[in-house]
Amino acid sequence: MRLTKAGIAGTMESSDVMVTVRPAEEAGIRIAIESKVEAQYGDEMRQTVLDVMNDFGIEAAEVELRDRGALDCVIRARTQTAVCRALGTGFDWKGEDR
Amino acid sequence: MERKTALKRTSLYVSGTNPVNMIQAGFYNEDCMVFDLEDSVPATEKDAARLLVYHMIRDHRPAGKYILIRVNGIYSEWIDEDLEAAVRARPDAIRIPKVEYPEEVTMIAQKISRIEEEAGIEVGSTELWCNIESYMGVFNAYEIATASDRVVALALGAEDFTASMRSQRTKEGAEIFYARNAVLMACRKAGVEAVDAVFSDINDLEGLKRDTALTKNLGFDGKTVVHPRQIDVVNSFFTPSAKEIRYAKRVLEAVEEGKRQSKGAVTLDGSMIDKPMELRALTTLAQARAAGIPV
Repeated sequence: MRLTKAGIAGTMESSDVMVTVRPAEEAGIRIAIESKVEAQYGDEMRQTVLDVMNDFGIEAAEVELRDRGALDCVIRARTQTAVCRALGTGFDWKGEDR
Repeated sequence: MERKTALKRTSLYVSGTNPVNMIQAGFYNEDCMVFDLEDSVPATEKDAARLLVYHMIRDHRPAGKYILIRVNGIYSEWIDEDLEAAVRARPDAIRIPKVEYPEEVTMIAQKISRIEEEAGIEVGSTELWCNIESYMGVFNAYEIATASDRVVALALGAEDFTASMRSQRTKEGAEIFYARNAVLMACRKAGVEAVDAVFSDINDLEGLKRDTALTKNLGFDGKTVVHPRQIDVVNSFFTPSAKEIRYAKRVLEAVEEGKRQSKGAVTLDGSMIDKPMELRALTTLAQARAAGIPV
């Protein structure tokens, strides 16, 4: 699946994360992280984003995370919301049953 | 379907927009945590709230709490997708706002059954709380409470109710006295639990005490709260007396004795013990344990 526009979700409040996804010309998911805990949790945060992109079948995107101490499930939720907004589609809830 | 008993002294709403509030709410003493997709979530954030609530409940479900999700209105554009998310989050119950007719409960229950089946969740396991928030809801409360086996509680919503009646909302609550009693009687007849309306002024703890004393004395099982500071005050009113605890124990002993003797009907002090009485006895003992009373 190909992104044609940007999508943003989340806030800059404590325990949240603001996720921006943008279309990219080149293949691959490039992830930029702004977080006080990037040194400790950066790899896990990247993996969560990659898992979400893989679930949506997105192969090219730029993703920016501005983290304020979000749990992994919050990063997942905000990234899924940002992608849905960029795609202009609803979330496929049946996909959660697999 | 056999239902578990659960304490419902306090139900705290937590907005589906805010991760930090959801995390903090898990550490308060409320019995029921209501993840809200409705009034506290702006229209532009409904999509985000659904995903956030879904993942928070699936991955960080607070231990020892009865978990609910309040979905958007039955006739809103969001209800179908709310149900897709809410059922799959596997809460204890879904709280439906402004229920007015039993057919609405039937319709929602059918949608939930389909989603449970698709998601591999036991069909019938998702319970329902119906918010009674209008004169029509009060009028049809018993029919609503008995429209589906999923319904385990009715919760009175006083603000919308008074708006539907064109009455003024006061702290004394004379304008909702009839509605409180009507909903409570419907709940007792139907064998479901009754949850009273919020006391809105979070800075008036004396007013909250007076209001909760009435809630308890009328016979409600609990109350919705709007702020964490209200939780301990409300919980304290639902600590059962020694007499209530003794009676609950006698009810449960009589039920056990009846099972040992393979009796179909069990009586205590000349009155037959039915399932709702047994559940209330279990709830009384659970309330006592929650208050630190050994039973």
